[in-house]
This record gives sequence, structure tokens and C-alpha cells, in this order.
Amino acid sequence: MSFTAHDPHEVIAPDHAHDAHGDHGHAKPGFVRRWLMSTNHKDIGTLYITMAVIGGSVGGILSMIMRAQLMYPHNHIVTNGSEWNSIITAHGLLMIFWMVMPALIGGMGNWFVPMMIGAPDMAFPRLNNMSFWFLAAGFVFIMLGLSIGEGTGAGWTLYPPLDNIQYSPGIATDFSLFSLHLAGISSLLGAINFIATILNMRAPGMTMFKMPLFCWSILVTAFLLLLAIPVLAGAVTMLIMDRNFGTSFFEPSGGGDPVLFQHLFWFFGHPEVYIMILPAFGVISHVVSTFSKKPVFGYLGMVYAMVTIGFVGFIVWAHHMFVSGISDDSRVYFEVATLVIAVPTGVKVFSWIATMWGGSIEFKTPMLWAIGFIFLFVIGGATGVVLAQAGLDQELHNDYFLIAHFHYVLSLGAVFAIFAGFYYWIGKMSGHPYPEFWGKVHFWTTFIGVNLTFFPQHFLGLAGMPRRYPDYPDAFAGWNFVSSCGAFLSGASTAVFFYILYRIFSSKETLPANYWGEGATTLEWAVPSPAPHHTFEDVPVIR
Amino acid sequence: MSGTVHTATDQIKSTVPHPYHLVTPSIWPLFGGVSALLTFTGIIFAAHFGDFIVLAIGLLSTFTIMFLWWRDVVRESQVPGLHKIVTQVGLRYGMALFISSEVMFFVSFFWNYFNYFFYPATMGTAFAPVWPPMGLHTIDPFAIPLFNTMDLLLSGTTITWAHHCLLEGDNKGTVQGLFVTVLLGIAFLCGQAWEYTHSPFPFYHGGIFASSFFIATGFHGVHVIIGTAFLTVCLFRAMAGQFNPTRHFGFEAAAWYWHFVDVVWLFLFVCIYFLGRSAITAG
Ligand code: HEM
Ligand SMILES: [Cu+2]
Repeated sequence: MSFTAHDPHEVIAPDHAHDAHGDHGHAKPGFVRRWLMSTNHKDIGTLYITMAVIGGSVGGILSMIMRAQLMYPHNHIVTNGSEWNSIITAHGLLMIFWMVMPALIGGMGNWFVPMMIGAPDMAFPRLNNMSFWFLAAGFVFIMLGLSIGEGTGAGWTLYPPLDNIQYSPGIATDFSLFSLHLAGISSLLGAINFIATILNMRAPGMTMFKMPLFCWSILVTAFLLLLAIPVLAGAVTMLIMDRNFGTSFFEPSGGGDPVLFQHLFWFFGHPEVYIMILPAFGVISHVVSTFSKKPVFGYLGMVYAMVTIGFVGFIVWAHHMFVSGISDDSRVYFEVATLVIAVPTGVKVFSWIATMWGGSIEFKTPMLWAIGFIFLFVIGGATGVVLAQAGLDQELHNDYFLIAHFHYVLSLGAVFAIFAGFYYWIGKMSGHPYPEFWGKVHFWTTFIGVNLTFFPQHFLGLAGMPRRYPDYPDAFAGWNFVSSCGAFLSGASTAVFFYILYRIFSSKETLPANYWGEGATTLEWAVPSPAPHHTFEDVPVIR
Repeated sequence: MSGTVHTATDQIKSTVPHPYHLVTPSIWPLFGGVSALLTFTGIIFAAHFGDFIVLAIGLLSTFTIMFLWWRDVVRESQVPGLHKIVTQVGLRYGMALFISSEVMFFVSFFWNYFNYFFYPATMGTAFAPVWPPMGLHTIDPFAIPLFNTMDLLLSGTTITWAHHCLLEGDNKGTVQGLFVTVLLGIAFLCGQAWEYTHSPFPFYHGGIFASSFFIATGFHGVHVIIGTAFLTVCLFRAMAGQFNPTRHFGFEAAAWYWHFVDVVWLFLFVCIYFLGRSAITAG
């Protein structure tokens, strides 16, 4: 797309042309205009990050309740089974849709994609804001779904018949289902916005293959959202119709097929796990390169690896359904296809290691989180390869080994990347430095806490403890106790994080534009810290 | 290659202002979110308590916000210098991507349909493994559905007629073409309404065939309504002389959307009405 479209008089008289952009001028708008009517990618990014903090806090409190219940056998902290079921359901949905996604995509994506490509904002700023408000509306719905009556007890995977009208008669389940519609529309509009921005608004000279890897990761993520979310929307619509309007899509009594829901859900669900991890990959590439003071090793390979992961991610969904009665041939196919994903994933991991190799590495807080990410993500990837064996999965499906797998890739993978990005960019976003010492305390307490929580769950799973139960036989008591202690330690580490937030926002210290020095080379480091309300009003030219 | 990426420090400062259209703060997005919240709450209340008030308020505010927001967009597009070429290209990306996501939405309903079409045994042991289900009378594809197919195909040509007139600066022809297209859209909807009210199988508790049929054709019908509304807006805009041979993306977006709706119908006609017909069909 060409950038030669200005009228000639604009080049001669840039000040006049500025007036034509209306009153989005240089003064910051007042509170209502700034936060309720925003059309500014940075403010909207901040709103998303706030949403992520809120969603993560509620989801985190729920997880503390869960671990408290499971600390000892025969506990009664959670009073009954349906309460337990609604807690686990809301925990999963909140962490995915209201924590990881808003932090990485809506938050960091909004803040840094336009800046990194040298654009003044997103392609559709009003739409951008509406994406946020849909997500906020969805948050209201998911909280209603958690708290009205018996809550929503179907689990984040929403399998029928658990959520049909017979077993979940209350309106809470409808609120939860519609919360996914709201979050889904939000993500979909966001995805359209990101793709249009990246394809259409790169500064002159910023070719696709010069574009920073974080932008690539968001681009691939946006395509996954664009194609996966509507299928979830269709499936959720069918669930709602079955519940309320007398259809029988998943009702065997009318000839419906509950396994069909699993297909539709996982056709969305597997891309969804990559939607959560690809932006994390992007963040990690930047952090590793900055603190190794080297460009990322094998940039092109990294791009193609992400595109490959995105593509193959669409054709492996039934590895979640090995015990759902799919045919042997299907199992062979889905096993092999799933294993193929390990290859581009390996490319990424080796590239990060090669980037660090021979670099003069600085172990600042963001780098600690990034190295923690690489280490823990590899463990999660390895257990994924174990689960991808259809035969082994017969044993391991839906037990704590699976829980350990996806927490290693998510709460130890995606979340570590979120914190890496947070410490890396908070100076650019707020203008103040974070306290290095406390950042390291936060890292180490989290690192020890989450590993204590989730590593023992491998043993529990291999010993046969199933997921989604509020109680267990005495034989599982030991490792469950360890796991709960770890969870409380990671809970405490969150308090450290809030203390750090307090320190940052009460700090009087200021920062230069590029406070990381020679390793930080992307465009956001060329603008002052904090980044002014409007950046790149004059197009930068990239050589 | 890797040496040339991450090139912030290489940037040259310029004094060329960006060519994009940055909009002023707007309250419509927040109201849009609230309207969605009300609408969905309204559906839940209607389904559980038979109370339609919240739904009515929700829909009303949704339509109001859509009207006011798009009115802003149309007005901005009339201000010289706001929608430069790069902004127009961005809108094209936006519409094309939106239609792609709509395609995936319909994929889920076709997936549902083909699940039973190809694997009728998934209906369970209580049903004979044949599709359409044993004993079901389906709609005769060569009655109204064929008429509707012809209707939509014809409307595809009339919208192209309007487009060509637009390119040639013949605004009268544009208005005529659009008018006929809108009429054809309405005719389609009337046919569909007649078909629904005379359907040989009920929607409510009608079993899996009825569910699959009504969700796919029903959401298609909703899209025809949206497309017809979109074309009607374009008709009024054409009458107001807002399009010219070089600048008429609103029209093109409506035309793209209309073609998308048309293509979905062809798949519905072939896969559901024709391939899914039973031996005895009800006229
Ligand atoms: C080498 C890469 C990976 C492989 C081979 C892999 C494989 C698998 C398999 C086979 C399962 C299904 C196990 C079962 O249901 O019994 C599974 C579950 C899961 N995986 Fe992965 N995975 C990989 C990476 C990831 C990543 C990167 C994420 C997220 C960031 C992720 C998130 C999940 C989640 C959330 C589940 C559980 C879903 C549920 O049942 O609730 N996985 N994985
Ligand atoms: Cu998967």
C-alpha cells in the first residue's frame, strides 16, 4: 500500500494538514473523553490491561479457593459440588478471556503494534474502543454466570449435556454462554482492526519482513481469531438454542450429537491455545534480543514458524477427543498432525537459545521472566507431546497430568511472558522505572510457587487423580498438600506485584526514551518515556 | 536478513504528516457495548421469563447507535481530506475481513449439517441411519427455493448493473439498479416467510433436521435482512448524490456483502434443499 497519497499542499504546509485531523489535538482530553470515549490506542491498551488485572485477580482468588479445598482430603471449604463446578468454570474462562487475552493482545498489542510499525494509531479507533466495551460487558456477564443461583457448572469447555436445560436449568448458564458471545465479538473486531492496521499502516520502509516479531505474532494471532472465533460463536449459539428454543443440535433425544459440539468447540479451542501463546512468543523474542544485545537469531525462520504453527493449529483439534469415540484412523491422523506442531515450536525455542548464545546477557527482571518462560514452556511442550500419543492419552486424558500440561504452557508460559512484557515496557507506558529488587523477588517467588503447584500434579495425574473433583482418596494427600502450598506462595507473590505497581505509580523518577540501551532497537524506543499521547503524527521513514 | 530488522535507530525523522484519519473521541462505542449487554440480557429474560421489555430496549438502542455511528462515518467521508486513499484501503480490508469471519460463522452450521448428512449414524441408535431422517417430509426444492435462487441470482446482476452505472456517472441508473435489488431482497424474504409458515416440519422440538435447516436458513435470512437494509441505505445515499465514480466504498461494501449472502444461499440450496430432500416432498 502506498504512502504517497498525501495532497501536495500537505507536504508543504504540514501545520494546516494537522488541523484537518480534527480536535484530537495535542492536549489530553478530560476524564470522560479520555477513558469512556477513547479513540487512542494507548488509552484503550491501558483499559485492557486494567481489565486483565481485574480478571486475573478474580480468577486468581477462585484458584486460591480451589487449592484451599484440595489442600487436604475431605475438606469442606467449598460446600457443594455445583459450587465447585461453577468456581472451576469461571476460573478457566476468566483466565483465558479476561486475563491472558486482554493483557497480551488488547493491552500490549494495542500499545505497541502501532508504535512498532510507525503508525499514529489503530486503523479503526472507535471500533477498537467498542472491542474493549464488549469485553467489559462480557465480564459483567461471566460474573453473573458465576454468582446467580447455582452458577455455571459445565467447565470452560462447556460440553453438553452438562450445560443443557436439564442439568443447568438456571439463567446463570445463559449469562456465561452469552459472555462468550460478547468476548468473542470483542476479539473478532479487535482481530480485524489489528490485521487492517498491520497490513495498511506500516511506515514507509517498514516492509513485512522488517516488521518486529511482536507485530508478526499479533498478525498471526489475529488471523487465528478471525477464523476460529466465529465457529465458537456458532457452537455457542446452538447451545443457547438447545437450551431455550427447543432445537436438538446436541440433544440425542431429537437425533442430535453431543460429540459434534466437541468438534466445533475444539476447532476453536486448539487455535485458541495458540492465540494465547503466539503473542507471548512475540514478547519473548523482543526481551531475549534486548538483553542479549543481539538481533533475534533466524528472524525469517521465526516468522515462518509462527505462520506454520498458526496454520497447523487448525488441523489438530481432535487431539482433545481421543477418548470421545472417534475412529482409529482419526486418532492416528490427529496424533501425527499434533506432533508436527512440535517442529516449528522447536524452531522458536532453538532460535531464542541461539539468540542468547554468545550474547552479553543482562539478567534484568524482564530477562528472568523470559528465561523462565523458555524453560517452563519447554516442559509444557514436552508433556504436550506425551499427551499427543493417542494411546497414552487414553490413560492421561482429563487427569492431573493434563492439568499440569496446560498450566505449564499457560500459567507458567503465557503468564511469564505477560510479566516479561510488563517489566520490559512499563517504563515506556508509565514513564517510571519498576524497582529492580522487588521485580526479582516477584520473579523468584512466582517461579518457585508455580513449580511447586504444578510439578507435583504430573505425579498426581500419573497416579490416576482425575480433574474437576473437589475431593480425592487419602492416597493423593501428600502431593496435593505440596501443590496447595505452592499455590499460596504464588498467591503471595501477587501481593509483591501489587506492591510493585504501587511503587511504580508513586515513583517520581523519570526515564529516558531508550532505557534499555543498545539492545532495544524497535521503534517504541525512539519515542519519549512515557510515550506521548500521540506518536508518529509525522510519518517516520524506515531505512 | 536478521541484521536489517529491528531498525528503530535507523529511522529518519520526517515532517510529512500521516495520511490516516484519526477520529475524535466518541461515546458510541461505550453505548454500543451497553446496548449489546441489554440485548443479550433481553434474550435471556425473554427465554426464561417471557419478558420482552429488556430485549426491546436493547434492540432499539442497538439500532439507534448503529444509525448514529454510521451517520458520523458518512459525514466524515464527505469532509474533504479526511478519508484519503489509505483510509479507503483500510475500510476495504475491514469489510473483507469481516466477511471472511462471517464465512466461518456459516461454516459451523454447515459442519453441523454435514455431520448428519455424511454420518447419519451419529443421530444415535434410536434413529435409522439415513438422511434426511426416516419418514420426514422435506420442502420441495423446485418450488419456492428454486424461485428464491433465481431471485438472488437476478439480484446479483441488478447490483452489478447499479455498479456499472455508478462507474459511468449515471446516477439515475444506479438508483434504479439499487431499487430493483432491494425489491428482489424483499421478495426473497417474503418467499422465505411463506416457506417457514408452511413448513412440513416444526421448528420447536422438530428434531435434528428441523434444527439444522432452520438455523442455517434462518441465519441466512437474517443476513438477507441486513444486506437489504445496507442496500436501502445505499439507495438513499445514491438519491442524495453521495456517490461518485471514484468514491463509493459504501456501495461496494454493500455489494460485496450481497454477493456473500448470495453465495451462501447457493450452498444452502444445493446442500440442504436439494441433496437433503426426502423421497416425498411437501410443496
Ligand atoms: C508442542 C505443543 C503442544 C502439544 C503437542 C499439545 C498437546 C495437547 C494434547 C494432546 C492435549 C489434550 C490432552 C487431553 O485432553 O487428554 C492438550 C491439552 C491442552 N493443551 Fe496442549 N499441546 C501443546 C501446546 C499447548 C500450548 C502452547 C497451549 C497453550 C498456550 C496448550 C494448552 C492446552 C490446554 C488448555 C489443554 C487442555 C484443554 C482442556 O481439556 O481443558 N497446549 N495439549
Ligand atoms: Cu490442543
